Amino acid sequence: MYKYSDFDEAFVRERNAQFRAQVTRRIDGSLTEDEFRPLRLMNGLYLQLHAYMLRVAVPYGTLSARQMRQLAMIADRWDKGYGHFTTRQNIQYNWPKLTDVPDMLDALGEVEMHAIQTSGNTIRNVTADHFAGAAADEIEDPRPTAELIRQWSTDHPEFQFLPRKFKIGVTGSPNDRAVTKAHDIGLRIVRNASGETGYEVIVGGGLGRTPMVGQVIRPFLPKPDLLPYLGAVISTYNLMGRRDNKYKARIKITVFENGIEKFRDAVEARFEQTRREFSGVNPKILAEIEQSFAPPAFRNAPDGNFDAARDADPVFRAWTETNLTAHRAPGYAIVTVSLKAHGATPGDATSDQMRLLADLADRYGHGELRISHEQNVVLPHVHKSDLPALHAALKTEALATANIGLVSDIIACPGMDYCALATARSIPVAQEIATHFRAIGLEEEIGALKIKISGCINACGHHHIGHIGILGLDRAGVENYQITLGGDHTETLTLGERAGPGFAYDQVVPALERLLRTYIDLRTDRNETFLDAYRRLGAEPFKTALYPAEATRDAA
Amino acid sequence: MSRAYTPKVVTANALIEGDVVYLTADDRWTRDHAEAELIEDEAHAQLRLLKAGHQRNIVVGAYLADARRGPNGPEPIHFREAFRTRGPSNYAHGKQEGAARV
Repeated sequence: MYKYSDFDEAFVRERNAQFRAQVTRRIDGSLTEDEFRPLRLMNGLYLQLHAYMLRVAVPYGTLSARQMRQLAMIADRWDKGYGHFTTRQNIQYNWPKLTDVPDMLDALGEVEMHAIQTSGNTIRNVTADHFAGAAADEIEDPRPTAELIRQWSTDHPEFQFLPRKFKIGVTGSPNDRAVTKAHDIGLRIVRNASGETGYEVIVGGGLGRTPMVGQVIRPFLPKPDLLPYLGAVISTYNLMGRRDNKYKARIKITVFENGIEKFRDAVEARFEQTRREFSGVNPKILAEIEQSFAPPAFRNAPDGNFDAARDADPVFRAWTETNLTAHRAPGYAIVTVSLKAHGATPGDATSDQMRLLADLADRYGHGELRISHEQNVVLPHVHKSDLPALHAALKTEALATANIGLVSDIIACPGMDYCALATARSIPVAQEIATHFRAIGLEEEIGALKIKISGCINACGHHHIGHIGILGLDRAGVENYQITLGGDHTETLTLGERAGPGFAYDQVVPALERLLRTYIDLRTDRNETFLDAYRRLGAEPFKTALYPAEATRDAA
Repeated sequence: MSRAYTPKVVTANALIEGDVVYLTADDRWTRDHAEAELIEDEAHAQLRLLKAGHQRNIVVGAYLADARRGPNGPEPIHFREAFRTRGPSNYAHGKQEGAARV
């Protein structure tokens, strides 16, 4: 784990002290709301529908057991005993009081955490593959890169007032689990012909009201050039990006309106200068960062009773089939702990669950936890011989749901249950889908499926890139849900296509049942996933399933 | 002919807790929509909103929301405003939590 330096610690402490004074001045009337709003947003504090919301950064989704325990303590002491893990690998507290927030920030500082740059038109928390440092398919751990960018971008004087927010995602694996093509800048660690590692730099991706797939601006960037190149891209955007219209201010619009060639030329011209001026990263700091992500001391031991436990216990077996991913070290597995128990709120964890996860990370997982953008918790390094005991312990806090990658493993934004921007609810739609498909016994039958739900066009719930995407809108004062089909969140990122008119709130689940029963009827066999079948057959049979009345009318 | 004015309430969030509040006819901030002043005149609504805007150390983000007369006082019209009178639908938190305790 990366440890704060004295500089980091002093910086966070000073920022917290400044914010405490700002809160005092807001309450005594010295600051108006217009003056205070940018200050609170710089510290991750939003005012939502029913209460304030504090968004805390979990850099590249990595947490220590100690940090997770502190998140649980904060949830109990100043919130309502739970937290919500987000699609940007952060945690949000939904019920803080303004007067308590400075104390919450100090408590976060005690465990090297903060809420800086989790909002505002700055470089946001850098996200990464949640299996970083563990995945069998990984070329290189993306977290030293993400940490380097975090240090460089935090309080970067040139990039505090960008045209709009700016998100960077990094993956070190060819199988992209970090959605790099939907980021302002996506970085993929790649190997060139001579075996050196560097970055494929992708620019101008994003979801939201104008979804766009990122484009490669540099197929191979040597590692030492990373920071001056990022500086060149972002300063080019800072000048070329539009400030006249909030909805056209993201870099994806800058790239789209100018064209990738013109934008690339401008970046390269700027890069000549930034590279010349760049003195290089202090090799000592770089070595320290890399050292802090060194893999733990994996033990070389037999699998113990892992296979016997699988044979003996069908519940354990089912869990191992859905919730484990191949680890690079022999005898180890990556465990994804589902925060999607059927009927639960996607991404929510109670303080008891957080404490249990912290204890289990200490006992079985080298003290490490990850938050995935799919709103689950990952124990990246668990020896297979420990899995039966781990599974038994997870059951005590309703954390053993065997549904990773299935119909109930849904991404859902907070929607109109919490968010001031939302146009409809997301959470209860996710809850009903999860409980319904389990109740009718189709979850295992349907197999691999990504449903992603957003409660407004800003697309925090990634609906464009769900195999089935659901977008909640307000149509003449009534909640209405549009369905998109065929989205893909991986290295072959694809935006889903809108199937047709939206559905009323209580018609979403019946529509999905028609859709998925049609898929089961049409697939070649169980190995053909919904997405594969959609790609083979096209949208038509699925549209017919969604809109049977129209299909009948057309045929008449 | 001008369209009939849809009655309004003045609503905002409390500065400290962030909880949803409504302006009453006797110039208090209540947490109960039914206690809000139902404003049926457009000019009066603007005056009341102006007044709310001056109370910047008590509330944040005051605006006018559509409402209608109900048997127990004003009722919200839009679903967003209905949610604001209760709290989220996934947990009994927010106003509904207080209501359950009474």
